[in-house]
Amino acid sequence: MIEYILCLVLFSIGLYCVLRKRNIIKIIIGLGIIEYAINLFFVLVGYRIHGRAPILAKDQLITNMVDPIPQALVLTSIVIGLAVTALIVAIAIRIYEKYGTFDITKIRRLRG
Amino acid sequence: MRNNKEVGMTLIVKTITRLTVGLILLYGIYIVLHGHLSPGGGFAGGVIIALSFIHLMLAFGREMAFKKLSQAWASVLESLGALMFLSIALLGFLGGYFFFNFFLHKGKPFDLFSAGIIPLCNIAISIKVGAGLFAIFAALILFQGSGKEE
Amino acid sequence: MCSLNMELHLLLLFMVFAAVGAVEIEDLLSSVIAVGAVGLGLSLAFLILKAPDLAITQLVVEILCLIILIRATIKKDLPLIKDGRWFFNTFSTLSFIALFLIFAYFALKELPLFGQPTMRVAKEYIQQGLQKTGAANIVAAIILDFRGYDTLGEATILFTAVMGVLAVIRRVGRINEE
Repeated sequence: MIEYILCLVLFSIGLYCVLRKRNIIKIIIGLGIIEYAINLFFVLVGYRIHGRAPILAKDQLITNMVDPIPQALVLTSIVIGLAVTALIVAIAIRIYEKYGTFDITKIRRLRG
Repeated sequence: MRNNKEVGMTLIVKTITRLTVGLILLYGIYIVLHGHLSPGGGFAGGVIIALSFIHLMLAFGREMAFKKLSQAWASVLESLGALMFLSIALLGFLGGYFFFNFFLHKGKPFDLFSAGIIPLCNIAISIKVGAGLFAIFAALILFQGSGKEE
Repeated sequence: MCSLNMELHLLLLFMVFAAVGAVEIEDLLSSVIAVGAVGLGLSLAFLILKAPDLAITQLVVEILCLIILIRATIKKDLPLIKDGRWFFNTFSTLSFIALFLIFAYFALKELPLFGQPTMRVAKEYIQQGLQKTGAANIVAAIILDFRGYDTLGEATILFTAVMGVLAVIRRVGRINEE
């Protein structure tokens, strides 16, 4: 139970960073922390005490494996997170080139 | 600070890169090919292959890296990987439904040549992911803007 | 069993402290390095939770993410300016997060206990995995044979992201450069 609570504390730290910071790069960092917390939560749900990794070995009968389905879901989620981060960083670099600042309050006020 | 003829990093980094970048590429190919027997698979192997080319670009500068894999070739390879994956999936229609695992029982389990279409899918995904990530990196790092650099 | 829980708790505590450091430090380069520490701790956590595929993938993706983020730290961070409603904003954010954590605690009680999952669908995949697909790695068999559509969707997302980055970064054509 306490593992789930620590994982959600990590999520809320990332959420605080997205809501309260003014620099775009800090917001991207907060988004990354939220992704890490969600991936960790999925794998935590699928863990089995005294389980083994989901890989069969030759001439061995393995009866207690951890749940392999959350691992399959998280595997694609990790690579998708990388692609989304690269896209946001590209947009942030464009914003810096056009407005000269990373501050989101100033970006909102400039029009045209 | 630096003479204009020196691109990339210092001599120590260049020497170490010459020794290790081939090993990194080989390790990535190994992880892709053994994706159905040991941990790894297409995604991790593709990222490692992209990292080897990125290592080359960071140490030697962009001209040398583009001689090995130019930007046009990266786009072509990425599309080719996606098309290969899709055609493997569509060929399953020969057997009755989407993603059918033809030549399933043509090898013993725990061998390198087993598991039907899974190694082929891994190779297609690794080509796609590797070339795509290298294209992203080349575009982001070499972005000059309108010439306003510090 | 006790020793496993102790390692996992210490690793999670380390990740929480590193995340607090990443959020609060004002220098952009230092906070990017702190996010790298969180990611590496996550890779170790995947290893402790018996997921070797994920550990390898998270490690290499973390390295690439660090390189891309360091490219973005062009300008240093601005100092904190307390404009008029700073206290109210911070207080309302913290109270919302506290409310969220309280409700999450009541919701998490409905999950099965940590370490005893109900593997109803996974039982069939594990028992018939080797015979139906011929692959020894069950996770690879799941993402490429039992659930191949999801991998097709993920390949499409990657393709779209690469196209998006190349379209955003492209230099708009200029006729004459001064």
